[in-house]
Amino acid sequence: MTENEQDRVKNLLQQTLPPVEDQLSGDLWPRMFRRLEEHPAALATPASGWCWTWLDGALAFGILGLIAVFPSAIPLLLYNL
Amino acid sequence: MEGGSTNVLSNFHHGSSTTSEAAFETLFRLHQRAVYRWILRIVRNHAMAEDLTIETFWRIHQSRARFDPARGFEGWARRIATNAALDFLRTERPVAELPEELPARAEADTAITAEIRSRTAEAFRRLPPKLRIAATLAVIEELPHKEVAEALGISVAAVKVRVFRALRLLRNDLSEQGIKP
Repeated sequence: MTENEQDRVKNLLQQTLPPVEDQLSGDLWPRMFRRLEEHPAALATPASGWCWTWLDGALAFGILGLIAVFPSAIPLLLYNL
Repeated sequence: MEGGSTNVLSNFHHGSSTTSEAAFETLFRLHQRAVYRWILRIVRNHAMAEDLTIETFWRIHQSRARFDPARGFEGWARRIATNAALDFLRTERPVAELPEELPARAEADTAITAEIRSRTAEAFRRLPPKLRIAATLAVIEELPHKEVAEALGISVAAVKVRVFRALRLLRNDLSEQGIKP
C-alpha cells in the first residue's frame, strides 16, 4: 500500500469516525462504591495482596510432614530457601 | 500538593485497610474523568465508557498490591483502562448497531456519502480489536505514536505496524465492497 493510499484511507476513516465529545454524566463514585459493597471480600483483601490459599496450606503441610519423617532434610530445605 | 499526592499513592499501595480505601476513593475522584475520556476515545460509546471506567477502577482496586507508586498512577491506570476496553472490543459483536446517520466532521468531504461512511464504519468494526484500537488512537484521535505505544504496552514500531495493517485490511475490505478510498 502506497503512502498516498494510506492517506486516503486515513482521511476516509477520520471523516467517518470523528472524535467523540466528552460527556461524563456525573460523579461515578456512587456506582463504584456499590460495586465494592457488592464484593465485600475485595474490601477485606489485605493491601499487601498476600492471600493464604489452600495450595499454600497443602505445601506447608507437606513440608512439615517431610521434616517430621526426615529430620535430616532440614539443612537441605534451609539451603534451598 | 506533590507531597499530598505521594501520600495518597503510598496509602493506596500499602496503607491499612481504612487508609487504603480512603486513598482509593481520592484517586477515583481525581482520575475518573481522565480514565473515562480515555476509554471513550476507544469504545466511542458514552454508556459503555462509564461501565468500563468502573471496571477499570475495580481492576485497579484488585491489583493495588502490584502498583508501584514510584512509576505514577496515570500511566498505570491508562494501561489497565486500555486492557479493559480491549477486552470489551473482543467480546463485542462484529457488527453492532450503528446509528442511522453517522455524524460527520464539521469540515466533512461532501464526496464521501453517508453510505460510504456507514460501510467504512462497519468495515472498521470488523478489524481485529488490537489493530482497531491502535488505529483509533493513532489515526482517529491523532495521538502521538509514543503515547499509543505506552498505553498498549508495545513499542512505537509495533504501533506503526498495527496502524499500517489496520489501514491495509480496511482498504481491502472496502475494495471488496466496490469502494475505492
